[in-house]
Amino acid sequence: MSLTTPAPSPTIAAARPAAAKKARQASRRAGVPYAFLAPGLLLFTLFLAAPIVYAGYLSLRKVKVSGLGLGAKSRTEVWAGFSNYVRSMTDPEFLPSVYRILGYGLIVVPTMLGLALLMALLLDANRTRPWIGSFTRIAIFLPYAVPAVVASLLWGFLYLPRVSPITDVLEAFGLTAPELLSSSWVLWAVANVAIWGGTGFNMIVIYTALKAVPTSLYESARIDGASELAIAWRIKIPIVMPSLVMTFVFSLIATLQVFAEPMTLKPLSNTISFTWTPLMKVYRDAFVRNDIYSAAATSVVIALATFLLSFGFLKLVGRRAFNQED
Amino acid sequence: MFKKIAPVLATLTAAALFTSACSSSDDKADDSATSNEKVALTYWSWAPNMDKVVEGWNSTHPNIQVTVNKQDGGDPAVTKLLTAIKAGSGAPDVMQAEYQKIPTLVSADALADIAKEAGSLKDKFPAAAWNSVTLGSDAVYGVPQDSGPLMFFYRSDVFDKNGLAAPKTWDDYAAAAEKIHKANPKQYIGTFSASDAGLFTGLAQQAGASWWGVNGDSWTVNINEPATQKVAAYWGGLVEKGVVDNKPMYTPEWNAALNDGSQVGWVSAVWAPGVLEGSAKDTKGKWKAATMPQWDAASPATGNWGGSATSVTTQSKHPKQAAEFVAWLNSDPAALKLLAGTANVYPAANDTTTILTTPPAFFADQADFYTIAADAAKATKPFTYGPNVNVAYSAFNDAFGKAAESKKAAAFTESLATVQKATVDDMKNSGFTVAG
Repeated sequence: MSLTTPAPSPTIAAARPAAAKKARQASRRAGVPYAFLAPGLLLFTLFLAAPIVYAGYLSLRKVKVSGLGLGAKSRTEVWAGFSNYVRSMTDPEFLPSVYRILGYGLIVVPTMLGLALLMALLLDANRTRPWIGSFTRIAIFLPYAVPAVVASLLWGFLYLPRVSPITDVLEAFGLTAPELLSSSWVLWAVANVAIWGGTGFNMIVIYTALKAVPTSLYESARIDGASELAIAWRIKIPIVMPSLVMTFVFSLIATLQVFAEPMTLKPLSNTISFTWTPLMKVYRDAFVRNDIYSAAATSVVIALATFLLSFGFLKLVGRRAFNQED
Repeated sequence: MFKKIAPVLATLTAAALFTSACSSSDDKADDSATSNEKVALTYWSWAPNMDKVVEGWNSTHPNIQVTVNKQDGGDPAVTKLLTAIKAGSGAPDVMQAEYQKIPTLVSADALADIAKEAGSLKDKFPAAAWNSVTLGSDAVYGVPQDSGPLMFFYRSDVFDKNGLAAPKTWDDYAAAAEKIHKANPKQYIGTFSASDAGLFTGLAQQAGASWWGVNGDSWTVNINEPATQKVAAYWGGLVEKGVVDNKPMYTPEWNAALNDGSQVGWVSAVWAPGVLEGSAKDTKGKWKAATMPQWDAASPATGNWGGSATSVTTQSKHPKQAAEFVAWLNSDPAALKLLAGTANVYPAANDTTTILTTPPAFFADQADFYTIAADAAKATKPFTYGPNVNVAYSAFNDAFGKAAESKKAAAFTESLATVQKATVDDMKNSGFTVAG
């Protein structure tokens, strides 16, 4: 396939000036949208497309060492085919990490969205005293503003029996505190940090959707004899369904990419391994094992899985969730 | 149709040109330094107050000025260096490199051979330390800076109360562990930390293991071998009995336990006073240092935990001057004094007894602290690190984390097979020739 230049070459332009001028004008007009798109395209290319393509390229490469691998030039980069993918998928730690985040997702997503919805509905039900509402809203939202690493450190201190005030309180009542970072609790301990940090954000999204509902809807429902509970269940929840779908997809993506919380809690316990989640495995391969090639392969797999799950889910619920907008 | 695509392509081409313009490196002329040329060197180190040590060099060497760039620690510095080497620019001239990372760095072609400039320093260092910077070859990939011979630290008040002396052998240590925990179920003589592969490596080294080795043109990996198995079984037994804790070190929990007297001993290295001063400040004056418990009291041995060399990187444009600085920093008496006094490191060089006369502040009452340390340093067993120490260490963390959590002695010894397999598989996958 050969490409033509957008503007005719100078020799042709000299031969047919009128036609050339016309063509130049046309091409200038055609170029205008691209000029507007250029900054976006440039940034997209530099900071998204190029790294993705490079990651894809790296995932097909590997380093080949010759001999002892000690002298200079003993390492060469060679094509690896799909061997990085095979190695990454057959790693005995990979599937357990996938199952682990499935369990983690089953805890986090319903709890977090359930709490967010409940709090949004409660806030929305209280429209008479706005200052209580706005205070509560900010209070619930605030944990979202705490970086995940800081949140995990704070919770980590609360989880460790010897430094946790919770243990002191429980012991004052003669109870033994559970070891929250032991293997039976650790999944819940990590999930708790995510729920604590994420509920506020999702609550705001749902609450904003609720605010947009005209009050006349509720008034007519009340005239028809609907209780507050029935209004919430039959009117509010169906109306905010698109927001719920959106927050669900966000939460799903966040679950697949969970990293900061377990990584920060890792040094505090024996129970969080280097490959506790798939993204931690990527980190280990790239920065602990210095094998960016298999890290790239695992990243590509995670990206594809995220893409498939998010769009699969949107396709599944799309019609149901968005039918009000048709 | 092409008219529509062409401007996009033009944009993309512009982007490509832009990026390549940015990444084009400025290749300077080769290093033909004359003695009058002014040279600026950068030095990555994470030792405290290293800039003050370097002052001592800068003030006497106006033509070779060194700037210290403080690093977060051994692991992040290595990650940064390897990235810079891969990128082709951005590495410092001089770099602090932990002994166990040297084979990895040499294998990535990150460290320059300074045999010509520093080869004559061999006799100034213990054989084990020198071996770590030569990897048994004729090349010299750095000059040893500090070492971390293992020692045993204990709360003398608690030991006295229980009628115990510092354990001479590991059997003594086990007996003391049991006695202390029985007398006070909240007290432990120590913990088995699955997060500190470096300490376990030192313990295996003391027992006579050397996990990697070079045999002609191929590597050998011996992690799942009798000496290491003995160490793993020993600690697994103590954890299973419950007389030694199973929680990782360097956590807020562990700090609190040291400070409130729940942890009354620590198998650690010569640098422990600095850590204890931060973690267990309420217990100042109650600690004592001793030589390591032994497997065979007749032939005392110890291992190493930590310690590093100073190396010149392959990206340095002035390797000769850099090597000169490195040699001064780690062997000149004035520099050693600064290192020990200001940067608080235990110098690897042989004759430090004249420099280290007063014990560390946290052990102010123990006049013989550095005599014990010097004896320990001399008794350090040789150990060879391989090119994928990080793989072995991360496999250790995961496998022994599970074993420690299960509190089963059998799980400890089984974990060694996991670590061995992960290490060998990784080397074979990279194309190393691995024998056995």
